Amino acid sequence: MTLGKRRTAQMAAGLAAILTFTAACGSSGPSSAGGGTTAWALTGGDEQTFRTSFSDAKVDGQFFGNDAYKQKIRSAVGAGQAPTLVFSWGNGGMLKSWVDAGKIMDLTPEVQKDPTLTSRYLPSVAQTGVVDGKTYAVPNNGMQPVVLFYNKDLFNQIGAQPPQTWDELMALLPRFNQAGIAPFSIGGQSKWPQLMWEEYLVDRIGGPGVFDAIAADKPNAWSDPAVTQANTMIQQLVSADGFVKGFNSIATDSNADTALLYTGKAAMYLMGSWAFPTIKQSDPDFISSGKLGYTTFPTVSGGKGAPTDIVGNPANYWSVSATASDQQKQAAVQYLRTGVMNDSYVDSLLANGSVPPVNGIEAKLAKTGDPDYLSYVYGLASKAPNFQLSWDQALSPGQADSLLNNLDQLFLKQITPEQFAANMNATIGK
Amino acid sequence: MEAPTVASETAGVGTSDPRAPGAGTLRTGPHPLMAVPALAFFAVFALLPLGGVALLSLMRWDGIGDPGWTGLGNWSRALGDPATYHAIWLSVQVMVFSWLFQTPVSLLLGVFIAGRGRYRATLGVLYFLPMLLSSAAIAIAFKALLDPNFGMSRAFGLDILSQDWLGDPTLTLYVVIFVIAWQFIPFHTLLYQAGVRQIPRQLYEAAEIDGAGRVRQFFSITLPQLRYTIITSSTLMLVGSLTYFDLVFVLTGGGPGNATRFLPLDMYLNGFSNNDMGRASTLAVLLVVAGLALSLGLARFARFQRGSQQEGI
Repeated sequence: MTLGKRRTAQMAAGLAAILTFTAACGSSGPSSAGGGTTAWALTGGDEQTFRTSFSDAKVDGQFFGNDAYKQKIRSAVGAGQAPTLVFSWGNGGMLKSWVDAGKIMDLTPEVQKDPTLTSRYLPSVAQTGVVDGKTYAVPNNGMQPVVLFYNKDLFNQIGAQPPQTWDELMALLPRFNQAGIAPFSIGGQSKWPQLMWEEYLVDRIGGPGVFDAIAADKPNAWSDPAVTQANTMIQQLVSADGFVKGFNSIATDSNADTALLYTGKAAMYLMGSWAFPTIKQSDPDFISSGKLGYTTFPTVSGGKGAPTDIVGNPANYWSVSATASDQQKQAAVQYLRTGVMNDSYVDSLLANGSVPPVNGIEAKLAKTGDPDYLSYVYGLASKAPNFQLSWDQALSPGQADSLLNNLDQLFLKQITPEQFAANMNATIGK
Repeated sequence: MEAPTVASETAGVGTSDPRAPGAGTLRTGPHPLMAVPALAFFAVFALLPLGGVALLSLMRWDGIGDPGWTGLGNWSRALGDPATYHAIWLSVQVMVFSWLFQTPVSLLLGVFIAGRGRYRATLGVLYFLPMLLSSAAIAIAFKALLDPNFGMSRAFGLDILSQDWLGDPTLTLYVVIFVIAWQFIPFHTLLYQAGVRQIPRQLYEAAEIDGAGRVRQFFSITLPQLRYTIITSSTLMLVGSLTYFDLVFVLTGGGPGNATRFLPLDMYLNGFSNNDMGRASTLAVLLVVAGLALSLGLARFARFQRGSQQEGI
């Protein structure tokens, strides 16, 4: 091969590479399916259920990791390049900012046409798709309430029962510590697990109204005595060595916090219901030999909140992009009516260990591989008077970031409950 | 951002030291038009976005709606917020401690590896391994190693290693500085190794005849001869420390609390997790100004220090 020929060949190869690259870029855009319906969803979790329903309904689906998705969808929605079906965490936070910018289709007329679009879901979960009295989003996967998991072996070892009240919880701490067992596991480095304590304590002490006032941007809403009391109790828990040593170095994404529970190093673990599949995958014997216990968050004496209130993620949601073509919108609504949560969809979620927020599936739950746990989660969510969406999703993104930071500092005892209230009041309306 | 330093230094070698080989090529060198493609690239990919960021720092924009003018609103908010000064102070600490830690270690390693002996070459290869890893991989690896329950303390069975490495606000900053050093020392070692290999052997031979020992040789020959290498390496280190982001983002995410949320990270979190693009742009402009001032200052310092490097030959 002469030099000239080789150079031509190289150039051709280079050009081909560039063309392939451009073509690949082009096909990853949302408008590639020739005017078809598109959707972006998250990898992992209920991905397989989504994939199957997409291919049945001829939706062009793409899957992203959690953080990658959150960034990509933001710029896509902002630039009017959103997929037809937009994945979210329900009202407040991201969905609300999209609705405010007029980027999301109002589904209320569709609900009026045929109420089953939302009425087949548990009311507390369907409610999370409503912004300012209008329906903008419909659930698309399982419920994720936060549950108090515990290790039955360790409780037997010190001869104790799981705590029903906060006082019982505090009384357990020295007993576990003396036995060389950490009372609670928590992934403090990830910050958001700390939020679960705050959410539950504020609800148990002051009821759902406290956070409603915060979410409504009422001035000084963070100074509510319930918030201050909850924060004082959190610091008492930290001071009494309630959490495993070095908890602030533990990251949730490596599941090191979950591992502490099933390896017998920590007695209790406050976490979303998704910890169950994680344990089942890492240590199936722990579950099959009946060592895993689960219960509700303890009550606080004198508290106004219902003991059956729960916090967590009611579900994830689909919205329809306002910038989609009429044809795409129709197809998307049709998919939401018949493609989501039909019989096979529900079965697929259950097989995956997710509990769909659909009315009247008790019989199905009894037939699954983990009937006790799945029925427990379903009962918890369907009976809860209030299912509080995680605060970092319910608040504006700016407030959410400050909240996680201030809470982290509170757990570290770098700030007092009063400073926490002052810092957070300053973020209202931001 | 280190471009000005490098450019002025090469120009300096050409003009101020007439004995240097190729001193005349500047006059008869390539036609100025040859610089057009590079300048065009620089304009499109560096100057234009920079202008955009400066413009955005005068606007209020959440990344979704339409941007609106706020004038100096972002600036007064950013400069009136203690969080910004905390971020700047952390950046200064990272810069100073990184330099104090990395420079002596990489200088000594570079001198050592530049010497003869086969085993040194092998060791050299091992030292450079961290350079082959991406920051994210390094961060994830260290995060796992530093886990107080399942990390290296358990692997080696040593309780002393079971510290709250990434959870103690007073400790975490230094852990981060150590991991950054672990990542970047190989690169600077490579610089120093190359610098040492450029030193003429005659200097050492003459010194040996004069009866100078190894330590005396190091301080009287090696160190002065490495003057420019030290300045180059320090510029890259100091200006580079303004851009450390990926490693810290994955390793600590700015925590615990705000203990490692330094300027580049604060900028990112403001922009992409607070959705406050205006404020993030303000911080970006601050970073650009700091970086430019730093590299120009170092370039000036280098010029001030310039003498003949080959004195005595």
